[in-house]
Amino acid sequence: MAGEVVLLDTWASMFGMRVRIALAEKGVKYEYKEENVKNKSPLLLQMNPIHKKVPVLIHNGKPICESAIIVQYIDEVWKDKSPLLPSDPYERAQARFWVDFIDKKVYETWRRMWLSKGEEHETAKKELLDIFKLLEGTLGDKPFYGGDSFGFLDVGLIPFSSWFYTFETYGHFKMEAECPKLMAWVKRCVQSKESVSKTLPDEKKVYEHIVALEKATTGA
Amino acid sequence: MAAKQEQVKVLGKWPSPFSNRVELALKLKGISYVYSEQDLSNKSLELLSSNPVHKMVPVLIHNGIPISESLVIVEYIDETWKSNPFLPPHPFHRASARFWSKVVDDKCLPALWNAIWCDEKGREKAVEEAMEALKILENEIGDRRFFGGDEIGLVDISANFVGYWVDILQGIAGLQLLASEKFPKLYKWSQEFKTHPIVKQALPPREELFAFFKSRTA
Repeated sequence: MAGEVVLLDTWASMFGMRVRIALAEKGVKYEYKEENVKNKSPLLLQMNPIHKKVPVLIHNGKPICESAIIVQYIDEVWKDKSPLLPSDPYERAQARFWVDFIDKKVYETWRRMWLSKGEEHETAKKELLDIFKLLEGTLGDKPFYGGDSFGFLDVGLIPFSSWFYTFETYGHFKMEAECPKLMAWVKRCVQSKESVSKTLPDEKKVYEHIVALEKATTGA
Repeated sequence: MAAKQEQVKVLGKWPSPFSNRVELALKLKGISYVYSEQDLSNKSLELLSSNPVHKMVPVLIHNGIPISESLVIVEYIDETWKSNPFLPPHPFHRASARFWSKVVDDKCLPALWNAIWCDEKGREKAVEEAMEALKILENEIGDRRFFGGDEIGLVDISANFVGYWVDILQGIAGLQLLASEKFPKLYKWSQEFKTHPIVKQALPPREELFAFFKSRTA
């Protein structure tokens, strides 16, 4: 289904990366517009008036918001290539459940770890690691969360890997030691999926961005 | 489709709108199920084993296999039993329905719940946020009978708290949140919602719901 496709996004957003990976999987050409969250464009405010957040996909002038919803939309519109959601309703429910879990837990827990010190920081760090261990357990021995092929949950989680260096540095841990199977999955995705390797930003750049953000926020 | 005997069980809690969403969805599809009331202060082995991640209701157990998270369950029900679809056929409208269900869950419900239960100190701000949330839904419903159009859809099911619980709870809190003067279209929708022949049977009885929440204000 051809038509004009525009993506409003910010380069370091894991949620935006989900959309970019999905579009790449489907071979969809689109116009990328980098947003400045401190100075949101009139287009963003018009297209996502409720949340005023990225990512927003604009297809033939109509906006779709919320990354998990956008990825499902992309899967449904460009359905003839690289299906992301499985066809079985139970498998679909499982994929949606885990993406919902990631959305409810990961970023919020990271933020608490990032912005706190002492005991609060240690608690958040343990919670963050528990979350990734749970996700690692869910993968089991499958090559991808989608089974033999890269699917909705893989798309949902892989962008967070570009933030692992940031999590590790702030939390003083190593993902390789804590979640070796998950790291093997990350490597597999990066090595076998061009959509992933071409989308994920350099993890050190992400870290520098967060450090700069922290300095700007705290004036430190 | 499958001719075998379906086994459908719901682990729920009768005053919970999240639990109710699942029962609404099953009743709208005409699916028979077994209901098991859960005691969340003393969680059953069945609940803990079927929802180990969140340990919460509702859980749908279909032919022995559990699914959790109310909106995930409702979409599962919609995809498994295809009559009376909750989602429209066009991908954009489907995305829109999913978006609005999430707005109800992430923005409206917390704002309304907070306004109802918060103490004097934060009340003014909480009520203001609740009114903003209702205004968003008022703008969205427009002149449609339901968010799903002529029939009940995913958003209507998600917004069951707004359609039924708010009226009861605002009375307990002594607040006027969903009032016909302020939100005529949303108010009209709530009337359509709670008088719908199937929804009506699926909602918990008004007096019991009132008594349950009133007892928590002591």
